[in-house]
Amino acid sequence: MHEWALADAVVTTALKVAENEGLKEISEIIVKIGELQTIDTEIFNFALKEVMQPQKELLEKATIKIKPEKAILKCKVCKHEWLFKDAVKNLSEDETESLHFIPETAHVYLRCPECNSPDFEIIQGRGIWIDSISGER
Amino acid sequence: MDPRIEVIDKRLKDIKKIIAVAGGKGGIGKSSVASALALILSKMGHKVGLFDLDFSGPSSHIILGIKNYDFPKEDKGIVPSEYYGIKFMSIISFSGENPSPLRGIDISNAIIELLAITRWGSLDYLIIDMPPGIGDATLDIIRVIKRTEFLLVTTPSKVAFETVKKSLQLLLELKVPIVGVIENMANSKNLFVRNQLEHLNINYLGKINFDKDFEDAIGDVNKLYNTTFTQSLKEIVLNCKFF
Repeated sequence: MHEWALADAVVTTALKVAENEGLKEISEIIVKIGELQTIDTEIFNFALKEVMQPQKELLEKATIKIKPEKAILKCKVCKHEWLFKDAVKNLSEDETESLHFIPETAHVYLRCPECNSPDFEIIQGRGIWIDSISGER
Repeated sequence: MDPRIEVIDKRLKDIKKIIAVAGGKGGIGKSSVASALALILSKMGHKVGLFDLDFSGPSSHIILGIKNYDFPKEDKGIVPSEYYGIKFMSIISFSGENPSPLRGIDISNAIIELLAITRWGSLDYLIIDMPPGIGDATLDIIRVIKRTEFLLVTTPSKVAFETVKKSLQLLLELKVPIVGVIENMANSKNLFVRNQLEHLNINYLGKINFDKDFEDAIGDVNKLYNTTFTQSLKEIVLNCKFF
């Protein structure tokens, strides 16, 4: 996912939760980011600061913790499991960029290292998830 | 909590109408109708976006002759490239000429991801070219874009209509707005589709007769716009209060 779009999505979600839960101040947001998203945390943190700026009152004291999650792929045909970080080494810059925008293009550019099938599942580390949002009422 | 879902409404807030062009079967002209509809509305002076959601068989770019589909521009998300006045988004910008063998969960994730990162900006119409049937893409669009209105395409064939009927039944059950049905590849005397829709109380928008010259116009927007197919669709658009 694009870092700016992700930052926007995290802040939009935080605002919605604050409104629903009656939070006046958010102290912590924990975001789980799958490795398949190939997020550049430096850009993401910069984007977050910018996107959070207009919401000072609510987010000024908020810390955002990023929990990276290792991506594991499993072939549906031969059941072989392998790590995304090993597979991605063989991709071109454009292919890696495609995965960054749409992680599902993994099925376009990656194949099972054992049987060469594109029919694999991402058993871990695909998505982006807000684990928790805490704050004061 | 999936933050992508929360941001989709924000991404689409400046779009006046969102129309999903759908149908039961492949090969009945959904992509042709969606592409020509985008072209007609754009030529009428509207701001139009076209989103090809058929990941297994994307074809809007072929119909419109879009060849240089590199990565869209990045600007706090991705900004769709514009062709013939139409903002265009398709998986082909990321997959190129390669096949995209995606299972259900992957289709859902790719749809949500694209909706969450694409900055369409202000549009009068966003036309979504749907894959056939009532599978993941249809259910996801209904789930994440609550104000989508469906325009269905069928042919006079009983087989095609029976599958469209199932789509209509689902949309009615879920109370999803239906613009109506267009009968494509029609022949002048067959009233089967019209009669069936009347029975279901669904709006019959009009028919497009089989156009033998359409194939030759694929990939050339000027030719495409002047086909009997597109001109018949234009007449339907002009006669339909929805547009």
